[in-house]
Amino acid sequence: MSQKKRQKPVVWVEQILLKMLPHQDEEEPASYRGSSGSCPGTVRKMPYLGSEDVVKELKKALCNPHIQADRLRYRNVIQRVIRYMTQGLDMSGVFMEMVKASATVDIVQKKLVYLYMCTYAPLKPDLALLAINTLCKDCSDPNPMVRGLALRSMCSLRMSKLDQWGQAEVLNFLLRYQPRSEEELFDILNLLDSFLKSGSPGVVMGATKLFLILAKKFPHVQTDVLVRVKGPLLAACSSESRELCFVALCHVRQILHSLPGHFSSHYKKFFCSYSEPHYIKLQKVEVLCELVNDENVQQVLEELRGYCTDVSADFAQAAIFAIGSIARTYTDQCVQILTELLGLRQEHITTVVVQTFRDLVWLCPQCTEAVCQALPGCEENIQDSEGKQALIWLLGVHGERIPNAPYVLEDFVENVKSETFPAVKMELLTALLRLFLSRPAECQDMLGRLLYYCIEEEKDMAVRDRGLFYYRLLLVGIDEVKRILCSPKSDPTLGLLEDPAERPVNSWASDFNTLVPVYGKSRWATISKCHGAERCGPELPKTSSFAASGPLIPEENKERVQEVPDSGALMLVPNLQLTADYFEKTWLSLKVAHQQVLPWQGEFHPDTLQMALQVVNIQTIAMSRAGARPWKAYLSAQDDTGCLFLTELLWKPENSEMQISVKQNETRTETLKSFISVLETVIGTIEEIKS
Amino acid sequence: MISQFFILSSKGDPLIYKDFRGDSGGRDVAELFYRKLTGLPGDESPVVMHHEGRHFIHIRHSGLYLVVTTSENVSPFGLLELLSRLATLLGDYCGSLGEGTISRNVALVYELLDEVLDYGYVQTTSTEMLRNFIQTEAVVSKPFSLFDLSSVGLFGAETQQSKVAPSSAASRPVLSSRSDQSQKNEVFLDVVERLSVLIASNGSLLKVDVQGEIRLKSFLPSGSEMRIGLTEEFCVGKSELRVSLFPGYGPGIRVDEVSFHSFVNLDEFESHRILRLQPPQGELTVMRYQLSDDLPSPLPFRLFPSVQWDRGSGRLQVYLKLRCDLPLKSQALNVRLHLPLPRGVISLSQELSSPEQKAELAEGALRWDLPRVQGGSQLSGLFQMDVPRPPGLPSHGLSTSAPPLGLGPASLSFELPRHTCSGLQVRFLRLAFRPCGNANPHKWVRHLSHSDAYVIRI
Repeated sequence: MSQKKRQKPVVWVEQILLKMLPHQDEEEPASYRGSSGSCPGTVRKMPYLGSEDVVKELKKALCNPHIQADRLRYRNVIQRVIRYMTQGLDMSGVFMEMVKASATVDIVQKKLVYLYMCTYAPLKPDLALLAINTLCKDCSDPNPMVRGLALRSMCSLRMSKLDQWGQAEVLNFLLRYQPRSEEELFDILNLLDSFLKSGSPGVVMGATKLFLILAKKFPHVQTDVLVRVKGPLLAACSSESRELCFVALCHVRQILHSLPGHFSSHYKKFFCSYSEPHYIKLQKVEVLCELVNDENVQQVLEELRGYCTDVSADFAQAAIFAIGSIARTYTDQCVQILTELLGLRQEHITTVVVQTFRDLVWLCPQCTEAVCQALPGCEENIQDSEGKQALIWLLGVHGERIPNAPYVLEDFVENVKSETFPAVKMELLTALLRLFLSRPAECQDMLGRLLYYCIEEEKDMAVRDRGLFYYRLLLVGIDEVKRILCSPKSDPTLGLLEDPAERPVNSWASDFNTLVPVYGKSRWATISKCHGAERCGPELPKTSSFAASGPLIPEENKERVQEVPDSGALMLVPNLQLTADYFEKTWLSLKVAHQQVLPWQGEFHPDTLQMALQVVNIQTIAMSRAGARPWKAYLSAQDDTGCLFLTELLWKPENSEMQISVKQNETRTETLKSFISVLETVIGTIEEIKS
Repeated sequence: MISQFFILSSKGDPLIYKDFRGDSGGRDVAELFYRKLTGLPGDESPVVMHHEGRHFIHIRHSGLYLVVTTSENVSPFGLLELLSRLATLLGDYCGSLGEGTISRNVALVYELLDEVLDYGYVQTTSTEMLRNFIQTEAVVSKPFSLFDLSSVGLFGAETQQSKVAPSSAASRPVLSSRSDQSQKNEVFLDVVERLSVLIASNGSLLKVDVQGEIRLKSFLPSGSEMRIGLTEEFCVGKSELRVSLFPGYGPGIRVDEVSFHSFVNLDEFESHRILRLQPPQGELTVMRYQLSDDLPSPLPFRLFPSVQWDRGSGRLQVYLKLRCDLPLKSQALNVRLHLPLPRGVISLSQELSSPEQKAELAEGALRWDLPRVQGGSQLSGLFQMDVPRPPGLPSHGLSTSAPPLGLGPASLSFELPRHTCSGLQVRFLRLAFRPCGNANPHKWVRHLSHSDAYVIRI
């Protein structure tokens, strides 16, 4: 370790560290080292009573001017103090007198006194301040030996034990340090280990963050740290302080994003109790959704089911949505629970269940049959816009499986005049037109009435335009209508792309123990944007416009994805097995059929991309390791007609763009287009998630 | 670092306001905070809020809002810890924390804040260190008397002398370094456990969780050493089950996890389960522990509900039998059963098993109060209600056996004086303190369990 390279703050940090660390040489029971190491009481080994007479006598001797005048006798008394001290007697009582004895020209005496001071300074911090004065004076002594001695003693005065605030501050400061070698890194980690056991949550979380950041290249160390912080985090989650509980829950969710199974065996800790505030209950429900697995799914669902009938409608709805998101994995059980909830015939429950169904059939087509059977009768208990839209959408898209679909839609058409929500009317138009394609005889008449109403009487321009659009579309011919409206009825890949499982720990390590997990990543983004823009304009309208634009984004996404398979009906086959050799041969033999460039900023995780591509049945044949520049990947895919798509991704960080080159073994521009758009969607999604 | 700190009353009136860095806004941030807090949609958390580049972080404590603002992306754990430490500190110095005590001691609070935080950085939060700097004496509403029995707490604690500790004695301020200290040599040691339980409708136990704390409040001169002896059979972790030193005295007392305050010396813990410490004046959590799933003793309460629901007539009859499984000599206090009822319930008729009980409808729920329940006893209540039929619901509808929507789950709240659910007890509290004059220090050791969430599904 060369002293030259070291920068000043680092030296300081190490010194502070030295002072912070528990002194391992003192006798302590091994298993509780962490919590008692910094206790001043450990120095003494004698019973705490006794030694009084000795102290009294020594005190008297030290104060005696006759003894003070006699250098040898004075030194003798001091030696006795040191001897008792070594034997373990409590000699802190004569601290004052000993400090006085340090002001001497006798170097031996000085040395003895300094030894004494360094031992007892932690016990008498206020008196040790007096010693500092003498030490400072000695530092400017003409005798270099005295100067050195004073300096050394000052450094070993362990009185500035840092309290928890200081510790947290230093741990935070250490985040800036880059260890120069692996060895040094593990040395630091070993030294800091005891802070993971601190009684203060601030220190524990600070230490955890430091560990995560320092060990960024050692995933197993990170996992190990997260295992160890589990106890303190769970304790904070059931803390009496609601605020602490909330913050801890936010961090639990953060960890779950990378280690989904991390808290699964502790699922009961996240059950809600009725007296908790709403915001804690909502967090707990989110956590329950994320830690669900084969072993606990039964119990978790039972618990969530109980929440669905909660007095608070908001909480009940959150629980229903939660069951909906678990349904992506455990479809049958969840659909059954949701269907039972419909039987309660409560408006606020029915509307959310139907919305959940809508989202579910899109992602998990296998449950369509069960959902279609559950729907009849729902319309009686739905009054709000969102619920109506969901129901109408379901009736339109899956109407051919629901016998009374046309009659339910007819009711809506009859009452369209009194309908207050334009969005419902739009949905109704689309649904009815779709159902008309599969059940023309039952729908023709009311479709005509609806179109007439929308074009002639409707005041809302968007609805009118949509009506006119469909009218003109029908004039073009039924085939054209089919081509535009009969999009696929499900897209199982969307769900997986929406929440890419197991984000790497490094993607959030720097956010740990900050406000980011508490606000949530997306809110934090808007906050820091607002902040960065130097308070441009009043904030309230900004947030409200954000809120309003929120629901629009997924809808746009949906349509985009809807259109993709539309244009070419591309079906990629799963589990395409292609050897690297064969790929290489084919790649070299073909010409580039399509090349384009997509914007791509900053770092990304190749694994995420690979996983996302896998989902849409594009296999990765080979790719560069993470961080390589330029970065390359070779992909292959095959559609159901046997057409091969070979792709090269080339990322050049300096241009911040991703170049895509696709080769095809048969020239078919239609499917090529679809393939490119699938690829674009995946890459675009990854880019969005990343940012 | 912290820009501002303020304390608001529960109604939003500013009681204390301090700007540490002069970098943001002005006094009106307190008002802004309260407006933001009250205007927050239900699903958003108020713990951390943001306004124009400034973060508000707060805790609620004793009906007050303790708020800090900062413009940095700080550690939320650290700040919340600081806020609760401040709450304890203010409680130590003012006697107790509340709107009244804060407004009576404004000068003292500002003096404390000056010492605790400098330019938004924490200097020290140790009661002991601060005593050297604090000049203002706390203003208390009435003089404290140890034997003022009019204010006896709900759980009078038994010590060796079988005295009763007046609850107000524990809520007096720590003394400044200059006042005469020989008067009130007292130390309070509380073992407090919070119990959270979830019982399924078929009676099976789904979850038990005990959060325990040993809290110490010392008025002895700082640095006086004390030794706290815990139950000898006490052990930590799942694997280790300590063999009882006294065979035949039942199994060991086990907890899952334990953490100690950094002041605690554990030299004698391994061998004798003794904690040694030299506490500063004021309040301190000596030890925290958790226990889940297996409890050494039976649960304090079992509820046997039966519900009859006639959908046609809207008549709902709930019969509740509550059995207290505490030891015969123990009792539970302030027991309250809370049972959410279907929407729109009108009229309640009741038959209760003893006259001191009370039951009423409040906020869409049945509230059954039992001031005192003796161990081993069994109490019951029969409640009849009318539930209006929701419009549009066919009367044939569903089977009548299913309980109506919105009924349950029942939850119980209670206090169990002189009882710990984990079985952990303080064997002794010894002081190595030589009293000045004749006054022997008073030691008060109390054990208490109370419910955190005790939920029984119906």
